[in-house]
Amino acid sequence: MTALPALLSARDVHRDYALAGAAVHAVRGVTLDVAAGEYVAVVGPSGCGKSTLLNLLGAIDRPTRGTVFVAGTEVSTLPDRAATRFRLLNVGFVFQRFYLLPVLTARENVELPMAEAGVPVAERRRRAMELLGYVGLAERGAHRPTELSGGEQQRVAIARALANHPAVLLADEPTGELDARTGADVIALFDRLNRDGTTIVVVTHDEQLAGAARRVVHMLDGRVIRDEPLRRRA
Amino acid sequence: MRLQLAAMSLRRHPSRTLLAALGVAVSAAMLLDMVMLATGMRESFASLLGRNGFTIRVAPRGTLPFDTEATVAQASSAVDAMRAIPGVSVVAPVLGASLHVLGTGESVTAFALGLDPNVQGDYELLEGANPSAPDALVASDALLRATGARIGDTLDVAAGFDPQLRTYAGRRRLVVSGRARFLFLGAGDRAAALRLATLQRMGGPERRDRVSLFMVRTDSGVDVEHVRAAIERALPRVTALSTAGAIAEAEHRLSYFRQLAFILGAVSLIVGFLLVTTIVTVSVNERIGEIAVMRAIGVSRWHIVQQIVVEGIGLSVGGAAAGLVLGIVTARYLNSILRSFPGLPDAIDFFLFQPHAAFRALGLLIASGIAAGIYPSWRAASLPISATLREEAIG
Repeated sequence: MTALPALLSARDVHRDYALAGAAVHAVRGVTLDVAAGEYVAVVGPSGCGKSTLLNLLGAIDRPTRGTVFVAGTEVSTLPDRAATRFRLLNVGFVFQRFYLLPVLTARENVELPMAEAGVPVAERRRRAMELLGYVGLAERGAHRPTELSGGEQQRVAIARALANHPAVLLADEPTGELDARTGADVIALFDRLNRDGTTIVVVTHDEQLAGAARRVVHMLDGRVIRDEPLRRRA
Repeated sequence: MRLQLAAMSLRRHPSRTLLAALGVAVSAAMLLDMVMLATGMRESFASLLGRNGFTIRVAPRGTLPFDTEATVAQASSAVDAMRAIPGVSVVAPVLGASLHVLGTGESVTAFALGLDPNVQGDYELLEGANPSAPDALVASDALLRATGARIGDTLDVAAGFDPQLRTYAGRRRLVVSGRARFLFLGAGDRAAALRLATLQRMGGPERRDRVSLFMVRTDSGVDVEHVRAAIERALPRVTALSTAGAIAEAEHRLSYFRQLAFILGAVSLIVGFLLVTTIVTVSVNERIGEIAVMRAIGVSRWHIVQQIVVEGIGLSVGGAAAGLVLGIVTARYLNSILRSFPGLPDAIDFFLFQPHAAFRALGLLIASGIAAGIYPSWRAASLPISATLREEAIG
């Protein structure tokens, strides 16, 4: 769907798994390209395979069949250790439930992926504060997640996802646990991130969030049924 | 950051962590006490027998020292015969007998040891002087209490009593020259030590030149077992027992004790292991979503394992440190109870703290803590990330 060189490329991707003894065909032959700098929303009803596709694109999961390339690396065949390292350095994840570590402060949560990547303490501290400033939480670095609102926690999670300068940001229902106002803050933040050059793929039920994306991919029963063309930025 | 995460995870539920550490401490204390019990009696007995350098005990044939009232006749010639054996440096004869201290009321009966005060290994002088003079004795605290005597007092004592005639034989007046702790007798036993010749004389013709036991020192470097065998060959009416043989015999008799201690120690180790495994597993199960997300954002399996194992180690080390203190306090208390049992030597310790054995036991407990963390950590690190996130999202 895009003429630009693909940053993410899924080719005839299938993902089957067993659930309560029954085979589930979560993703059935999806082919999708996402170019660098794109902002793509994947939408569809619950259970249509959106999150599974996102996990495949992010090297969290491996396809049963088909190939997935991210930034020129075939992630669908990477062994666990290499896939973990790949995710650490190339993919930023944002989850519906934020999943910040409650024992760490906001700043330490942002530092975590950098610590894992071996970034020196001073450098990662500086970068964490810079990212918290970017998401509007410079003053909340010393606060623990329990001392932050849902919207603030999600913004910290976004800062954490950006810590290691990932090639792509993958978000799974990032506004799912937020009210309309804080959800709008997150949508605005995603928009700003994309304007600043971050490639974003977001899985969502949120029409507002999907509406903010430049491209919307519709899924049903594990298949892409419609891929809306690139929309110009407002 | 992994250490910080592990420490903070333990602090997330402080009361649970504290209770778990206390549980490990109790298990560690029990393990430590069992190790102290398993080795304590043996070491304490060995130290007692080895005191003053006596390496061989010689008793009437077929008996153990002071096991019966049997005595060896012609003790002087036996001493000479033993001294003639190469490798023997000192022979100290000892006679055990009853001693009656007479006063205005009821007499007080005590156990008396006739010995050479300059070469003996039966008592430890606490106050005063050895009974060097023929009319002197040293007494245990229990005897002094029972008679109301003090150092310097003169006691009217007798070596024998005829219950039919109600008369005392072998009466003599002896001066209390000192206060002593009798190593092979109980703390509450009434006991006295005086010169061998004095006690033999008080016993009349029946005890003349008779002794209950010879304590033998050997020259350094000689084969004690060889000397022991030579003594038995030279004196067929005696049984000679080396310190090593006595320890082996004691060890044989205490083997049930050791087995019991081993089993209880193993049980405490298993309890500690299961406790740490349970707590770490519960903690991991609570954080399954967080762990899946850590894996998703690129934290390696190995680092997840490390963090969780460190939590197990933290619990074990904290528990073991508290258990060390608790174990020593408990052992001292139990030791004081056991030592007060009648008939047990005052100088025997049931629980003996030996740093190498104690630290080995606690090291074992910490190793079990590491092992306890491995299963839940590996389970957590091996979670299928995507399935876990899906289940967490549904849940």
